[in-house]
This record gives sequence, C-alpha cells and structure tokens, in this order.
Amino acid sequence: MTLIKTTYNRRSFLKASSAAGGGMVLGFSWLASCTPTEAEIKSMPEAWFDINAFLKIGDNGMVTIMSPNPEIGQNVKTSMPMIIAEELDVNWDDVVVEQAPLDTQKYQRQLAGGSQSIRQGWQSLRMAGATARRMLLEAAAKEWEVNVDELTTSAGVITHAASGKSMGYGEIASAAAGLEVPEEVPLKDAKDFKIIGTSRKNVDGPQIVTGQPLFGLDVQREGMLIAMIEHAPAFGMKIKSLDDTAAKGMSGIKDVIRINTKAEESQWSDVNAFNELVAVVGNSTWEVLQAKKALKIEWEMDTALESTAGHEKELDNLLSKAPKETARKDGDPDAAFRNAAKVIEKTYTAPFLAHNTMEPMNFFADVQADKAELLGPIQTPEFLSKTVSSILGMPEEKIAIGMTRMGGGFGRRLYGHFGVEAAVISQKVQAPIKLVYTREDDMTQGTYRPDYKVLYRAALDADNNLIGFHIRGAGTNGSPIFANRYPAGAVENYLVENHNKASNISTGAWRAPRSNFIAYAEQSFLDEVAEAAGKDPIEFRLELFDKAEKNPIGEKNDYDAARYAGVLKLVKEKSNWDKETPGVYRGVSAYFCHNSYVAQVVDVVMKDNQPKVQKVWCAVDCGIVVNPGAALNQIEGGIVDGIGHAMYSALSFKDGQPEQNNFHTYRLIRHAEAPAAIETHFVDNGIDPTGLGEPSLPPIAAALANAIAKATGERLYQQPFTGNKEILG
Amino acid sequence: MAIFNLTINGKKHQVDVAPETPMLWVLRDHANLVGTKYGCGIGQCGACTIHLDGVATRSCSMPISGAADKKITTIEGLSEKGDHPLQEAWIEHDVPQCGYCQAGQIMNAASLLKTNPNPSDQDIDAAMNGNICRCGTYVRIKAAIKTAADKMG
Repeated sequence: MTLIKTTYNRRSFLKASSAAGGGMVLGFSWLASCTPTEAEIKSMPEAWFDINAFLKIGDNGMVTIMSPNPEIGQNVKTSMPMIIAEELDVNWDDVVVEQAPLDTQKYQRQLAGGSQSIRQGWQSLRMAGATARRMLLEAAAKEWEVNVDELTTSAGVITHAASGKSMGYGEIASAAAGLEVPEEVPLKDAKDFKIIGTSRKNVDGPQIVTGQPLFGLDVQREGMLIAMIEHAPAFGMKIKSLDDTAAKGMSGIKDVIRINTKAEESQWSDVNAFNELVAVVGNSTWEVLQAKKALKIEWEMDTALESTAGHEKELDNLLSKAPKETARKDGDPDAAFRNAAKVIEKTYTAPFLAHNTMEPMNFFADVQADKAELLGPIQTPEFLSKTVSSILGMPEEKIAIGMTRMGGGFGRRLYGHFGVEAAVISQKVQAPIKLVYTREDDMTQGTYRPDYKVLYRAALDADNNLIGFHIRGAGTNGSPIFANRYPAGAVENYLVENHNKASNISTGAWRAPRSNFIAYAEQSFLDEVAEAAGKDPIEFRLELFDKAEKNPIGEKNDYDAARYAGVLKLVKEKSNWDKETPGVYRGVSAYFCHNSYVAQVVDVVMKDNQPKVQKVWCAVDCGIVVNPGAALNQIEGGIVDGIGHAMYSALSFKDGQPEQNNFHTYRLIRHAEAPAAIETHFVDNGIDPTGLGEPSLPPIAAALANAIAKATGERLYQQPFTGNKEILG
Repeated sequence: MAIFNLTINGKKHQVDVAPETPMLWVLRDHANLVGTKYGCGIGQCGACTIHLDGVATRSCSMPISGAADKKITTIEGLSEKGDHPLQEAWIEHDVPQCGYCQAGQIMNAASLLKTNPNPSDQDIDAAMNGNICRCGTYVRIKAAIKTAADKMG
C-alpha cells in the first residue's frame, strides 16, 4: 500500500456545495436533445453530492465521474474515469461518465497530445478516487462511532467487520461531502486492481452506434447560424479585393464579412497561415456553401509561392553541406569513416501530409457583450481560452469552453484557429454561430506534417562492427532527427547534424511528430546495415542494445536499452521470427517514443506485384495497461495509420497551392488494404503507465519496407511507397 | 426552394429547401438527425451513408429531389433500441475509436448483409472499401460484420 499526499492541485478537492435535485447536472445543455431512456431515468438518484471536482455520488450509489481531458478517439474518456473508479472502489457498472468542460481551477493539463493523458494523470486521478473513498470512510466511521481503520470498502459498500454493519456509498455521500479533505490517503496495490487492467467498453459506444449527437459538427442551438470561411487558395497570398454582392443576395444568407484572427497575445497553438479570411453567415450549411462558391475574391501574392519541385531541390541543397553546429558528436566520426572497411550511405524522404481528421474543423461560438460560450472539438482548450480572451477583449473568467467528442485529432486540433475564427465571427455578427469547414477548406489550411529528407551513413570495420554513425537531416521547420535516441549510445563515433528549411507553408504536430518519419528512415537503414554486416536484423539491433546497456557512449541517451531490447525479444518470440514460410516475407522494426517501447514484425505476401500485409506482430512496453481492449484498439489504429500514410498518402504543392484537396486525389488507406490480422503482446512489468496514442505508428513503415525489400529485392527510400513505380508498379 | 414531404425512419418530415440540396444536409440541418455525417461531400468517404429503399446511398451526393419519394433510413432508424445485430456486434467488439465514421460503416454493412448474408472476407473488403476509417478500425469492423452475419445467419 502506498500513501500519497493530497497536495497536488488541492483546489480540485475543494468541495462544491452539495448539488441537490434529481437528474444529471450537465455543464452544457446541448445534449438536452437526447431523451433519456427508461432505464436511464430509473437509475438516476434523487440527489447528487459533489465529493470533489472529479466525482459526485448519488444517494442511490450511482457515481458520476468527470473525464477531464479532450477525447479524440484515444478513449481517455473511458480509461481516465476507470482509474478514478478503481481507487474510489466502486462497480464500473454504477459509473456514469461526463465530459468535463475547461476549468483550470479544477483540472490540470486538459490537453490531448503527446500520448500523455494517462501518464500525467495517473497519480492525480488515483488520488482523486482515493481521497473520495477516504472521506466516505471517515464519514461512515463518524456515523457508526468506530475507528476508521476498522472499516473496509468493496464495490461501493463500506463494511465494519467487527459489528457486521454495512452501508452503500450513497447513504453516506452527503455526510462525506461535508468533511475536510485528508492530508494523505492510501492507494491500492496493483494486485488489488479490479478495474484497471481489465477491458471496459467505450463509454460512448451505444451513442456512437445509434447516431446520437456527440461531435462538434452535431452541435445545435436555438437561433444558431452557420458560418463558413474562405481562405487564400495558396500559401503566401493575401486578399486584393472582395465582391460579395452575388453571395449576399443568395437564399438564406445573413452576412458576408472580412475577419482577421491575429490576436495581440498569441499562444504556441496559434499556428495559422491564414489570418485574413472572408466569412459567409446564413441559415443552413448548404445555402452558406452555395454563397461561398459565389464569392468573387481576388488574391495576390504576399510572400512567396512555393512548389514541391522547389522544396525537393532545397532539401537536397541543405543535405549537401554540413550545418554550422552539430547536434551531437561522440568520438571521432571523421576518422571512423575514413578508416572504415565498409561505408553504407542512404537517403530517405517523405512528403508533406495533411491530418484529415474524419470530422472537418468546426466550432460553435456564442459571443455576447459580456460573456462568451464556446463549444467544439479542441485538443488545447486552455490555450484557446487565452487567445479568444485576447482577441475578443474579454477576460477568461467570462469565457466558457466546452469540449465535444472529436472525430479525430492526430494533432490537427492542437491548433485552435477554428475556435478563434468562430468567436470572432460570432462577435461580429452578434449571433451564435457554428463554423463549418469543408474538406477542401480543411485539407488546404495547413499545419501539415512537414516534408523531410535525411542522410544516413554507417561505417563498419573489417569484423563488421558498427564503428561510425552519421545522420544529417532537413525538414520544413526543423530536422526530424532526435540526436539522443538509439543508436546513439551504442556507437563510439556518432555525429548528428540538423538543417532547417524555412517555408511559408504552416506545419504542426502530426501523430508522433518527427518520429513518424525518422523511425522509418532509421529502422530501414539499420536493416541495410545489418545486411551489409551479414547479421540477422534483430540480432544486430540486440547487440547494439547490449553495448548501450553495458558500456554506453555519452551521457544523454534517451532510452532504456533493456526495455527496448525487451520488446524486440518479445516480438521475435511471438512472431516465431526464425520460421521461414514460402511466399511470406518478413520485416522487423522497433522504436521508442512518447515514453513507450514498440517492436513490430510485418509479414507480407505479394499479390499482382502489390504487397499485402498478411499479419503484424506487435510487442509493446507501456507499463501498466489500464484498459487492454482499448489499448489494443489504439495500437492497431496506429499500425493501420502508419501503413496507410507510408504506402499511399502525399500532399504536393504548385505555386503555393496544395495539389490535393479531397479524398479523390489524396489517398487514404481503405478497408481492403488494412492488415488481415494484428497480434499484440504487452510486456508485464508493473511500471507506471505510459501512453499509446502515438507509439505504435512510427516503427510500422520500416517494418513494412523491410518486408517489401525481402519480397522484391528492392529497398524503399521514399514515401509514399506506391510512388516508387519501378518497385511497386 | 420547394416543399418536400419525406418519410424518414418511418416518420413524416416536411422541409422547405432547394431541390438540389443533398439529403445529407436535409437530414442534419432540417430534420434534426445528425447521426449521418459529413466527411468529404464528394462520395469518397462513406460517412454520409443512408438507406434509400434499403440500399446504401451516399447522402452527400443524393439531392432531395431524387430521394423524396423513397423510404429513407438513417442510423437513428436502423433499429428501435440500438439492437440491430451490427450495432450489437460493434459494441461487442468495441469497434469505435473516435466514432465519427461508424454510423456510415454500420449503414453500409447493413446494406451488404441484406444482399449477401454470408459474405467472405473479399466480399466485405469490396463492399466496405468506400468507407474510410481514419482511426484504422478496419480489422475490428470486419470482425464485427462477421459476428453480425453469424447472428443473422
């Protein structure tokens, strides 16, 4: 049993006044359109008692748990409440989950990004549940006039073994709500977990499969108007003139306005290439869309109009020379390469990618003279609040931000320009509005995964030992290389160089930023080096991990070699790596990012000269797995996502304009192209949990490329793989 | 603008919209049925799938003038209590991640199972290839369709 001090954001534990009255207290009334079922009405308590910011207990023992973080499909809306429920010690079946609104007084880090929700929430969520349980026990002890240490709990029931008395949490919740928050509370031992470590279904599942309103795009309010924006067709342009007469005269149109969304005080989340916009406001989406098409806007060049041909040239130019500073240097790389028996040198490249969340950008805003209500899909509500406050000239306390379920994030909705736009439009037209982006608006708006090119060089000595390693990388708004990641620490002579390519095309975090590309390059290259050294690719990597563990080079090596080797060994075992099956070609890859270790083996068969993924084996070390079923869903999703983009997707530019703006020209992986089977195994080590939203994506492209190399005899040095017509024609 | 009388999920709706208004927007903006989703507007993603006389149709590309006289079924009307075998299979396999595409996936799958109650893997691939899932739940979708097919079998 561990004791934890309740000093972490104690404001979360200040009791609100008891909320009396039947029915659920929802922060936002937009769900009022859902009529509760008979079963739901029956189980509603007569009264709710707020124990702390995270949970309230009904007089009948039902528990409402607030899910603090934004939900993008990573299922924190289920797993974060699971953690609270565990320490509270209630039946999961008695729990109802609600999405919390933004409230920086009550909650920390209400952000979806970096695969950090569980990792960073682990202690505080457990503490929230444990504190509530402790207060219930203390209230019961008072009521029964016994020592609190004589009481136990199980599944929402408090028992005094000595007297045989018992009562449900609901009976004592009112008294518990009136108690002081204890200084220190015990946490459960992992061996006593009844909820954590078990698979629980997505709390929104029934609503999703019956089409209930859940997403930002589904928000409906009395008197709400629809708004759409028009941004420049190309990066680097500005408005020359606007003729809105035709648009204004069309059916259902209320107004056409010009807005600028650059706030005086901006945040890191305000990445935006298009602050200057035209907005159309009207009664219905179709009418506004027609009027949008009727806008006559003349755009002119503002900065520069870039093209992919130019980008590729610049990446090559950057890679042809050393930068002024090195990012990492161990030993004497120059000497190592000069004295090498064998030098292997390869270059890898990938294009810009759009996020393409299935639900396009949108946001609801109702800005009035002295207050504002915003509601929609946003991964960074805390930062949106700051920018909206600045641009509206309204204090943050007057701005309420609610988070709807999001139809995908992938990093796109970290950048809340759409929330800012909705607020500005609402303020200007003095009406509640729902801003809706078309797929075309969205795909051409920016904050893309950048294009990258990276050069890898390896030096082998006469005994095929890896004695030198050199990586030189370039990308828009930064190089993709992580200087202190493997195989740094395992090679005596190591050199990392970074180039930055400037661009007026906006870029942003895209699922596993930088890792999503560099893992492909690194793990494909290591495969070739292993081949040149005459070694099995897994054995070759394990030798390096062994070196890094026993005799690490340098001090800053951002990985645990033992854990990293652990997932490779696990995937080797589970995939029966050494087994050769005719017609089945295997590739392996491993990567560590966002605190979790993943190794994968991909089995590919060739059908009509096209690779088909027959099976993916995956080994994962993410510490304690909170919700195994949901964890598998994330891992499988990351694998499909990684395969899809590596194989098929690319965004190109001509004169500043994206050449793809919808799914007919921008290809996404489809049902028939998904792996036939995925089998995942977790390392069981009891370490505090780390994230899974991103880690399974980075390694998969190399595992696939390495398998295709076995199948075709050809390596894939550029993404999308299907662009290599000579190999995958 | 014109008046249209529709039957959606067995209920009568009267709307006043331009005849070329896609059914997707009639449903979402005029009939208060937001289960049918917008993903691309060009029939490429399948999120907008509804049934017209029981057949899967991309509502983003179907003007109301072409649909008004047909029996219209949306995800909200696929079953009375969310108990269509596909909906139950989707819960059993815990299919959704973000969930945005799933109504379209289910509606498309329902249409498949009507005409092909025992589909092979290739049949499922072919029928479902028009429905994009950006979160990558394809493996679970296939498993859920097979479970539902077995139950309905």
